[in-house]
Amino acid sequence: MLDLSYRTEGEDAEGEHVMSMNRRQFLRLVGVSTVAGIGGTAVFSGLRNKGLEAVQTMPDPRALTAKRWGFVVDISKLQTDEDYQKCIDACHDIHNVPDMSSLPAELQKRQEVKWIWKDTFEHTFPTAPEDEYQNSELKEKNFFLFCNHCAEPACVRVCPTKATFKRKDGIVMQDMHRCIGCRFCMAACPFAARSFNWRDPRPFIKPGKENKEFPTRMIGVVEKCTFCYERLAKGMKPACVEASNGAIVFGDLEDPNSEVRKIIATKYTIRRKPELGTQPGIYYVIGGGEHA
Amino acid sequence: MYDSGKIIAGLIVFVLFVTFPFLSNMGKASAKPKPSIDTPVINQMQVKKCVESKEFMRSEHMQLLNNWRDSVVRNGDRIYVNKAGQSVTMSLQNTCMDCHSNKKKFCDECHNYMGVKPYCWTCHIAPKEKMPKENML
Repeated sequence: MLDLSYRTEGEDAEGEHVMSMNRRQFLRLVGVSTVAGIGGTAVFSGLRNKGLEAVQTMPDPRALTAKRWGFVVDISKLQTDEDYQKCIDACHDIHNVPDMSSLPAELQKRQEVKWIWKDTFEHTFPTAPEDEYQNSELKEKNFFLFCNHCAEPACVRVCPTKATFKRKDGIVMQDMHRCIGCRFCMAACPFAARSFNWRDPRPFIKPGKENKEFPTRMIGVVEKCTFCYERLAKGMKPACVEASNGAIVFGDLEDPNSEVRKIIATKYTIRRKPELGTQPGIYYVIGGGEHA
Repeated sequence: MYDSGKIIAGLIVFVLFVTFPFLSNMGKASAKPKPSIDTPVINQMQVKKCVESKEFMRSEHMQLLNNWRDSVVRNGDRIYVNKAGQSVTMSLQNTCMDCHSNKKKFCDECHNYMGVKPYCWTCHIAPKEKMPKENML
């Protein structure tokens, strides 16, 4: 056992014994207490933890899987504003995205929450070459925009809490439990794909229209398109794909035989701001028309 | 002792002030929480069993829910295999609350008693009860 008799040979000026120990005794004491400490905690925590590790988790067997999910968007298949609105509504209703249209106009734009939206060619591809004789369809039509689920997502790099992260299947996920609302990701995202909840979103979800199977968000968190991870897990297509009448195609970008890869291989497609090097996973067919 | 009157009076006031919460609540034991499992779904079950044993759920449900959350959100695994070998979909809003549709009489009963405020319901939609507004925290 431990020898604690380190009362020593030394005496002080008055000739009384003093407590002191030499280096060897000190080191021995430190070593033994470290071992006892580590061993003790292990025994204690081992006793306390009664068996959550006995069970296991696994993915849903119905789930659609891929190495890297991506979209191909062909706007030539969208004719009217309703075609666009159908996709936007499908997404926003299913995900309980608040509708801020009841706010005063100047707040509406600033506090808007969107997972999928539309914008002009000029805004979608600000760095793409463009001239006055260009195809008028390109110039006048709206493009669908969502999170690009980049291969090198800037938002993930800056998130201080790892609330946003890249899943194994390439989806850039947002973990609302961890988000602290610092909005670094919004500053980092070159595609403005992220929205901040400036106020409690619940009153802005049409009463009775909320999807009871999906959570809402709370004030102070950032949200965005999640590639319908919760639908893929059940073997369903993303909501916008389902509502898009073929204008949005989804698939595995790393599988050469997937539908998206076949389109990308045969049509002319562009991505948003490729020069930034984030490797967006959304491809836009340009001049699709009869082929795509 | 100088000013003993003031000091002693002050001490008595101080002691009364500090012990006031205890004195005022003396003899008034608040009712023990009785979480209810009286819901339509549970009443229809032949064997009333949760995903794990009652004792386990009682002491470890918060840990279980944390593990479920991490598994679903971080790893994308949605199926939980319990100790009996059955598969369950991990979802607070769907799996748990499908049976325990009485949040106020089940969750809140103990949470209020213990003074804990889990912030599940700021995002997860609680099942509709008689007064749905109160669920919205």
